[in-house]
Amino acid sequence: MKKSVIFGALTVAGLAAGAAAAGTLDDVKARGKLNCGVTTGLVGFAAPDANGNWDGFDVGVCRAVAAAVLGDPAAVEFVPTTGKTRFTALASGEIDMLARNTTWTFSRDVDLKFTFVGVNYYDGQGFMVPSELGVSSAKDLDGATVCIQTGTTTELNLADFFRANNISYEPVPIETNAEGQQQYLAGACDVYTTDASGLAATRATFEDPGAHVLLPEIISKEPLGPLVRHGDDNWGDAVRWTLNALITAEELGVTSANIGEMAAGTNNPEVNRLLGSEGSLGEMLGLSADWAKNAIMAGGNYGEIFERNIGESTPIGLARGLNAQWTDGGLIYSPPFR
Amino acid sequence: MSDLSFVRTEMLPEKAPPASEIGIVGWLRHNLFSGWVNSILTIISLAAIYGVLSVLIPYVFLSVWNAESLNECREIMNETWGSSHGHACWAVINERWLQLLFGFYPPEFYWRPILSLVLLVVALAPILYSDRVSSKLLIVTALYPFIMPWLMWGGSVWGTVSVAFGFVAGYLVLKYATEALGELFAMIAGAVVAIVWWLFIAGMFVGAMDAILPIALETVQSRKFGGFMLAILLGVVAIGCSLPIGIVLALGRQSHLPIVKWLCVCFIEFIRGVPLITLLFVASLLLNIFLPPGTNFDIILRVMIMVTLFASAYMAEVIRGGLAALPRGQYEGADSLGLDYWQSQRLIIMPQALKISIPGIVSTFIGVFKDTTLVSIIGLFDVIGLTHAIRADTAWNGIYWELFAFIALLFFIVCFSMSRYSMYLERKLRTDHK
Repeated sequence: MKKSVIFGALTVAGLAAGAAAAGTLDDVKARGKLNCGVTTGLVGFAAPDANGNWDGFDVGVCRAVAAAVLGDPAAVEFVPTTGKTRFTALASGEIDMLARNTTWTFSRDVDLKFTFVGVNYYDGQGFMVPSELGVSSAKDLDGATVCIQTGTTTELNLADFFRANNISYEPVPIETNAEGQQQYLAGACDVYTTDASGLAATRATFEDPGAHVLLPEIISKEPLGPLVRHGDDNWGDAVRWTLNALITAEELGVTSANIGEMAAGTNNPEVNRLLGSEGSLGEMLGLSADWAKNAIMAGGNYGEIFERNIGESTPIGLARGLNAQWTDGGLIYSPPFR
Repeated sequence: MSDLSFVRTEMLPEKAPPASEIGIVGWLRHNLFSGWVNSILTIISLAAIYGVLSVLIPYVFLSVWNAESLNECREIMNETWGSSHGHACWAVINERWLQLLFGFYPPEFYWRPILSLVLLVVALAPILYSDRVSSKLLIVTALYPFIMPWLMWGGSVWGTVSVAFGFVAGYLVLKYATEALGELFAMIAGAVVAIVWWLFIAGMFVGAMDAILPIALETVQSRKFGGFMLAILLGVVAIGCSLPIGIVLALGRQSHLPIVKWLCVCFIEFIRGVPLITLLFVASLLLNIFLPPGTNFDIILRVMIMVTLFASAYMAEVIRGGLAALPRGQYEGADSLGLDYWQSQRLIIMPQALKISIPGIVSTFIGVFKDTTLVSIIGLFDVIGLTHAIRADTAWNGIYWELFAFIALLFFIVCFSMSRYSMYLERKLRTDHK
């Protein structure tokens, strides 16, 4: 242990600069493992089970990328990051990509020098109130006490919303979502506000979920997506098109169940190009011809990953809503595989 | 005119004290109901204790131990007691206790941290109970710092041997060169020999020995470390290293050599001037920015170094307090006996100063041990970090108090033991006039 540190400090310091310049895609292939940053735990998005195996909606993206690049969905090293450590971990190269329900904002993209490769979940800030209050709209919340996580964009959104509607509120600052649940249930605040997906997950854990309602207003845009370091376009392309492959697979009806026969060749040329039986898309990315097939087989297409982790069949029970395919009136849309 | 009609001539036999003064009744009257004010206070207190226990005992004991999820727990509670309020769902502990203890450490290797812990007890026994345990066990104590990392992280045994050999080589040089070169140069020569060994020869030695006789444990990544094991690991390292470093710093701060003195003062004041959480952020974030990209400087090692530095600064001040409490005569007495600096420290000053400081030292230990939970903020899965992860499982989302109660119990056991040991040690070392 000590030896490796002494060597690490001296030799790796010199070698690393050269190695890093080789590009993340080559690094990942050489390492045989993808270092993927996830949350330290968010219901439905990323959580370890009793055996330490990670599962969740964001985890599904990590596994798909690992399958596409390395051919093995299990070749992922999950690096838990907090809201404070996530960006440094990515910038310093500790992780290759971050899939940690991170909102795509201007300053994160431009100022922090990251590249968001797409959006895998369109979220937005909502409100939850006990149904006995009889409130049906957030505009009726004049004078309410609101539980709100401090130091987040939700806090600013809340202030903007109440000011724009010319109503007043009293904030009850909380630190974590778990604390927010306890405070809200204990009656310390009338309203709990955070991302709508988080509210749904929180309500699902209540003893009597029916006694609480989510108000219809969504007061902010929170497009969540995986991101990589700025300036490494080959790697960014690999992650971007893996996500797009999952989305396109759902649009074209390719699922983990029928992918075996589809990969043998179909009448639809786009399916053939996607699954590598026609054209050379994989080669252009620097990946194997069956990269997208591997990615889809890792956990199914976008819709399957959604349904299994956060969809209506799970306790969280999120409807597709904005996250439906564009053909179904949602915003999930992938550029063509051509 | 004293005409007493009756004078007792023999002593009355002793009577038993009145029933109201002895036994449980007497104790109650004296301690709980010795006046109307105290009686009222006693009744109020009893009511308060009853109020707490009547909630707590059903919560703890009328509880569910076997369930797959929080909702199943609630169903069982509703069936059994008609309400899901006021009953604990210990099923989460039942399912996750191994994870809370070991983090993501591979289950097939659980014997390694357990063996490390057993060896830790063996290694500490000759130090903690020097009067009852054979001093031959000190050999385990000396080897423990090398065995423990090998057991925990795995890898080739020769790496461990080569690190240990560096220390042995340095010590031998120091021992045999002191006469020829003098103490200072022998110390420098020893350090140089050890460093040359580690940097240039150890690698070849490990490679050669691995080729001849490969003995290795499977490597376990630092990322797999977690749970209470991580708290104990960080706590033991910080406690074990901070005491000697703290002693050196305390002596350095009292030194007459100005550079040594100012270095120690600056270190102590700087470290004590910033919160531990800042140092942890430096370890996890700032170092990442300053080190070249791709550098793999183990995060747990970084945290260990920071926690140790933090504990050392506090320890130095506690020991300085002990030193300050010694009368000047002790120093002068040592000088008058012709002892040199290190002899007088070892034989006269430190034994007394450390004895005085025991309560302060142990409370620093306890504080450091509890502070290890702060690592959850930089994304390490210690017990507190794991509560977030467990709550993020859809089965257990919404569970709260049960996890923290379990963690509190774990920490209480360790901290209370440390505290009791410190009291035992104080009693054992008490030489004042009773």
